[in-house]
Amino acid sequence: MKTPNNRPVGVLAIQGDFERHAKMLERIGAPWELVKHASDLEGVGGLIMPGGESTTMLKFFANEGLGAAVRQLAAEGKPIFGTCAGAILLAREVLNPPQDHLDLIDITIERNAYGRQIDSSVRGGDCPELSDRPVEMVFIRAPIIRRVGDNVRVLGRCDGLPVLVEQGSILAATFHPELTEDETIHRYFLKKLSH
Amino acid sequence: MWQYDEQMKLKVGLAEMLKGGVIMDVTTAEQAKIAEDAGACAVMALERVPADIRKEGGVARMASIRIIKQIMEAVTIPVMAKARIGHFVEAQVLESIGVDYVDESEVLTPADEEHHINKWPFKVPFVCGARNLGEALRRIGEGAAMIRTKGEAGSGNIVEAVRHVRAIVSEIRLIGTLREDELMAKAKEHGAPYELIQYVHLHGKLPVPNFSAGGIATPADAALVMQLGAEACFVGSGIFKSSDPEKRAKAIVRATTHFNEAAVVAECCEELGEAMRGIDVAKLDPKEMLQTRGW
Repeated sequence: MKTPNNRPVGVLAIQGDFERHAKMLERIGAPWELVKHASDLEGVGGLIMPGGESTTMLKFFANEGLGAAVRQLAAEGKPIFGTCAGAILLAREVLNPPQDHLDLIDITIERNAYGRQIDSSVRGGDCPELSDRPVEMVFIRAPIIRRVGDNVRVLGRCDGLPVLVEQGSILAATFHPELTEDETIHRYFLKKLSH
Repeated sequence: MWQYDEQMKLKVGLAEMLKGGVIMDVTTAEQAKIAEDAGACAVMALERVPADIRKEGGVARMASIRIIKQIMEAVTIPVMAKARIGHFVEAQVLESIGVDYVDESEVLTPADEEHHINKWPFKVPFVCGARNLGEALRRIGEGAAMIRTKGEAGSGNIVEAVRHVRAIVSEIRLIGTLREDELMAKAKEHGAPYELIQYVHLHGKLPVPNFSAGGIATPADAALVMQLGAEACFVGSGIFKSSDPEKRAKAIVRATTHFNEAAVVAECCEELGEAMRGIDVAKLDPKEMLQTRGW
């Protein structure tokens, strides 16, 4: 899949499953590059923030100016997609416990809301606007979106809960499409780059 | 037979989430908090850090359940805990209290000198130590969802971790160059399941993430194993046996992320207090080596 002007998709590579996102982009033929410094964001067409530990990533956001650079990217209207920890970082409000965040999408999200690793699961969910088939959703120590703001669209649900949400150029998933073979969500994100 | 079923997807999935991060040994809730605040992606709960186990001797067992629970209460990052090699009941106990990963570890006194734990029936994922590809693939065959080098725990000396990570990645590279009809002989040589040798041949990597542990004491040590091909680091005695644990923990986290940038690693090394003293592994009596436990 082409990106506008062939600009690469940045994949935040502080910590977490960034390689799996890169592999998924590789599979669908989109250019990508790893982002570790604020300066790496110059020239990217959009950004993926992977799963991992949000508390670890926050240290780098605060200490290395990355947080401000990601906000700037959002202000320029570049699409940003966060999965699990990435979604937590994008949220307006974080619970369990409250922590710092970028406030780029109007949701309240609760960390580790399903429980611990033994409560992690693979489920089938629905994203009716994106696919007419059920989407495989891998939840690992996943958060739950507890509140969705008026300007946020729910694109995917699983067991009645919103799990894929969008506000303008920002996309957030509480599950890990990058751990599956299903390209639906990443293809949808790439389409946002062209708008 | 090895399979990437739904359970394995979840177990390997959590290991994927830890990549590029640092997992720190802690013995109290206070230490766990310091580790989390410094940016650790997970903590490993144990009764004594390996350097103390080495010094004090005696039988080293699974940590106190009370302390593990306090650690789980204190932090929001994943909590791992160690079980003795072959001690599947310690593993069952750790699973029942909701530990996120079990380390079947040579740092503790083995409970079984012949058999490791059959890890497949468990819902909790396991990490196991390995010194070479054969050992790694045997553990994966038993259901481990993450491999770490054994190194020489509690030594503060990186030499064994380097030996092990080099052995594993170079053996993987070598298998990639073989013809298909040469794989069975390799399986025999490594004492490894044939289908896992086939997997390595086809994919050029282990079917599970490959981390490094055992002797990492400085930011440069962490960056070294990362450059050699490790995907994340475990730091045991190196942090809480140093003069300024908080600072050292932060520095090792940063060096692990920016392992390929010498200028950043240099900043991480600057103005750190004293590292743990460390020991010359070559002068250790073979009986004192922890890495020879398990097979």
